[in-house]
Amino acid sequence: MISINIQKQLHMAQGMGMLNINVQISSKSFTAVYGPSGAGKTSLLRMIAGLMQPQQGSIEVDGVTWFNSVTKINHTPQNRDIGFVFQDNALFPNMTVEENLLYALPKYADKSRIYRLLDMVGLQSLVRQRPEFLSGGQKQRVALARALVRQPKVLLLDEPLSAVDDLTRVSLQNNLQQLHHELGLTTIMVSHNVPEIFKLADNVIHLDNGLVKQNETPARVFNILNAQHGLTLLGEVVQVNNSEIFILADGNIIKVKQALQTAHLSIGSKVSIHAADLSLKKLS
Amino acid sequence: MYQPLWLTFKLAFVTTVCLIIIGIPIAAGLAQTKSKLKSIAEAVISLPLVLPPSVLGFYLLLAFSPQNGLGKMLNDVLNLRLIFSFTGLMLGSVIYSLPFMVHPVQAGLEALPVSLKEASQTLGKSNITTFFKVLLPNIKPALLTGAILTFAHTLGEFGLVLMIGGNIPGVTRVASIAVYDEVEALNFSTAHVYAGVLLAVSFVILLIVYTTNRHIFKKRITQ
Repeated sequence: MISINIQKQLHMAQGMGMLNINVQISSKSFTAVYGPSGAGKTSLLRMIAGLMQPQQGSIEVDGVTWFNSVTKINHTPQNRDIGFVFQDNALFPNMTVEENLLYALPKYADKSRIYRLLDMVGLQSLVRQRPEFLSGGQKQRVALARALVRQPKVLLLDEPLSAVDDLTRVSLQNNLQQLHHELGLTTIMVSHNVPEIFKLADNVIHLDNGLVKQNETPARVFNILNAQHGLTLLGEVVQVNNSEIFILADGNIIKVKQALQTAHLSIGSKVSIHAADLSLKKLS
Repeated sequence: MYQPLWLTFKLAFVTTVCLIIIGIPIAAGLAQTKSKLKSIAEAVISLPLVLPPSVLGFYLLLAFSPQNGLGKMLNDVLNLRLIFSFTGLMLGSVIYSLPFMVHPVQAGLEALPVSLKEASQTLGKSNITTFFKVLLPNIKPALLTGAILTFAHTLGEFGLVLMIGGNIPGVTRVASIAVYDEVEALNFSTAHVYAGVLLAVSFVILLIVYTTNRHIFKKRITQ
């Protein structure tokens, strides 16, 4: 169990604000931290990692205090049992893939775990490459493997998949899911991507302006229970002729047949469009 | 005849080695600190860039003089005479060339993404290990630039050397002073040798700096 109760003054989306977070995260769960830019997501992750210090509060992991402003306990990042994957992957450019992982290996630890990790993320063939010759997805795989070399209890990911293409994203999600289960990790991931959160996370911490808005399952946070059968769009009339009305809604121009009840509409009228019977078609 | 050249290169080499040892920690400290005193420290280190060498030499002459505080103490306690000696020249050169080592290294360190250092910390590595294994190896061009510029700048010293070293053959008579001396004595052929060697070496050194930096710059762009 990770208990977080922290306060810190921060620059946020709407100027200076107070980050005030009080959440519990169960062991071996996969938690997504979701919310608009400047809500404090990355700051939360960095404070768990010890890269940023809260002004007040405490962070406790499985009964061990990592931070406590009252008793003045503040473990350095080195002494927290974490793996951190940075948004920019932070691979060391002067080292090969293998050397990046070897660097993370604690003294006297068994080297074979490095090759097992590289195997799990499918990178055995690239061990002698330097990061500059890898694609974005490959770099993030190396960063993920490297973060796990120390066999951390908690894996922290700061939007690790935001800069890769969709196909790579899906395959990286699979890697992440597999590693999370096989290694029994408690994983906390900052993500903007709703499908990704549905796929990976058991729990979502929804932050807004430094506060926890919701701390629930993805289905509850994204309101799947209240999903509707139809679709309602709000729009504005841009052109009217005898038989048709053209409406701008969500950046699209939609054409609707004139009918009795629309006779009084003119350019600039605000309207809502209702569609029932939604049908889906698979792309690619 | 070659003694002044030998002395010049010896001084430049020793100064560069000293500054690699002293300058890198100073640069690292400046790159890291958020202290309000940072600007003052930067200004002090940069003084030799704008100060006439003779002014710096004048103050060092006073400081090193066996009649005054520091020089007297060094003289009495360590039996070390800094005036008109190679050691004094070396110390002066280290101060004189300090910005040429500190600036490139500090800029190099400041340009590295913070995440490199943070990643190393989250991998359990101490700040010292992080510095030597991650940060320094990734600023090689800056280190090379700092070392080469320090070397070249020391080759070109004149005013400072004259003030604190004088013109003692084999001890403090470096090539730049020898050129002046030979011209004064109308020995143009000897002056040509010194001047030619200094010109050629300085040019080659700057050429190396610019080629390596451009090469690295290009490599970064194509990534």
